[in-house]
Amino acid sequence: MRDRILLGLLFVLAAALPFMAEATGTPATTGIATQIVCFAIAAASLNLLIGHGGLVSFGHAAYFGLGAYVVGILWEHFRLNEPLLGVIPGTNQLLITLPLAMLVAGLAATVIGALSLRTSGVQFIMITLAFAQMVFFLFVGLKQYGGDDGLVVRRRNLVPGLDLRDQMQLYWLCLGLLVAWLFVLHRIVGSRFGRVLEGIRQNERRMAATGISTYSYKLVAFIVSGVGCGMAGALMANYLRFVSPDMMSWQRSGDLMVMVILGGMGTLLGPVLGAAGLVGLEYALGGVTEHWQFILGPILLFVVLFARGGLMGLFGFGRRHG
Amino acid sequence: MAELILETHGLMKRFGGLVATDTLSIDVRPGELHALIGPNGAGKTTLIGLLTGEIRPDAGHIVFLGQDISRLSVAARARRGLARSFQIVQVLDDDTALANVALAVQAHAGHSFRFWRNAAEDDALLGPARALLDSVGLGPARWNSRVGDLSHGERKVLELAMSLAAKPRLLLLDEPMAGLGASESLRMTETLRALKGSIPMLLVEHDMDAVFALADRITVMVYGRAIASGSAADIRADPAVQEAYLAEEHG
Repeated sequence: MRDRILLGLLFVLAAALPFMAEATGTPATTGIATQIVCFAIAAASLNLLIGHGGLVSFGHAAYFGLGAYVVGILWEHFRLNEPLLGVIPGTNQLLITLPLAMLVAGLAATVIGALSLRTSGVQFIMITLAFAQMVFFLFVGLKQYGGDDGLVVRRRNLVPGLDLRDQMQLYWLCLGLLVAWLFVLHRIVGSRFGRVLEGIRQNERRMAATGISTYSYKLVAFIVSGVGCGMAGALMANYLRFVSPDMMSWQRSGDLMVMVILGGMGTLLGPVLGAAGLVGLEYALGGVTEHWQFILGPILLFVVLFARGGLMGLFGFGRRHG
Repeated sequence: MAELILETHGLMKRFGGLVATDTLSIDVRPGELHALIGPNGAGKTTLIGLLTGEIRPDAGHIVFLGQDISRLSVAARARRGLARSFQIVQVLDDDTALANVALAVQAHAGHSFRFWRNAAEDDALLGPARALLDSVGLGPARWNSRVGDLSHGERKVLELAMSLAAKPRLLLLDEPMAGLGASESLRMTETLRALKGSIPMLLVEHDMDAVFALADRITVMVYGRAIASGSAADIRADPAVQEAYLAEEHG
């Protein structure tokens, strides 16, 4: 009960953030918060794998980037009025681009996951990284879509009834999707599927001996987390009005991992806190020195060493025991 | 004669130059508790690995309930009713005892591609799980304890309850008495005695008191081979067995 009230309160605060930003004369905060929300969707998705499945993927920026590129590429074809591959017309409708981004990311996750999950441990980390690098270089090489320089999406996607040019409305849309996605993940984690995933994290040998073919469960979790990252990427592309291969670089994959670990693996709000923490620190410390990562390092070290459950653990909301 | 539960034919496994399982042929009959004993390094754990599918044989067949399972995965064998306990207990330490058994019940209830309903409040899982915990003697006071905090003996019976959740056709017990105190060991013996007859069991065990108290038939393994097989009295009297054990004590 206490948790529910706290969650409700947090939501009201998050929803009211743009007004507070206006009132305090710092409207740019809404933009930063939108980025945090987008990263939070991606980190929460990755948390399903790392935190609940014990599967450390070091390549999830690829799905984030793919989601973003779906928005970018469809915009480009819409702008040029030239169908993609001569058949698929471009579009600037979010109700098309967003589901498509999730689909494309999910398909990529299906293929990459199916191959990567044949390995485990350090090998799994390296192979997910290798696949993400392949996707990264594929987009660096796609000169048609700007290559290294990326693509500018001059106008945000359209949504009936909303005007995403308004920073606040975009923020609320992203926040709403974050809340919906967190709810979906929460249900998944608590379901029979989630229990199996949790079992795999804790003792895969026991799960096999219990008659569970773990591979297919891991693959489904991998796909779900890829889909979530695709959604996050599509929203981020709308916020930035720009996509580039940098969004799928290994550093971005690392950022997502840091968010999950910093916030608290295997918790509902941990990845959100982690995203807020990392993006917040980047802005706060970035204002002090350009070598802000020099300060970030010790902070991360402190959290990992002294708060084993991440920020969530620090605040007394550790991992739940089933 | 009733169909055999489990039989191996010419099972063979080498690790480099070491022959861990040497053309081994053993079987388990319906309703029987068959104990497997032998000095350290005799290949008992390797055999369990071969039977469960964690280790692939170099040669030979494993027939379970009349079907060759030699090529099946660990999970596929488990789904056919081959349940096991581990020498070193394998349970989910972060979860409660009840959640552990509920998950084992769930695994037996079919696939787990159900993404929405809360499994922690599912009485179809919790009901059988509670009954199983009761049946192995783990009382309600411990049901909601984190498994990592349970005693070694409690973890052993918890694992047994998880194996039973699958309604197994054969139970492979890899040293269920290992690490137990005298009284816990007695309790485990009683628990297994209660199960005897309803579930065929292959018991690998060093605790000879337990073996002689429980086994219908004993097979002695040395260097990957079965050197003797028979009733407790036969085994006690067998000169080859005495030699094998004496050799170990002197060596």
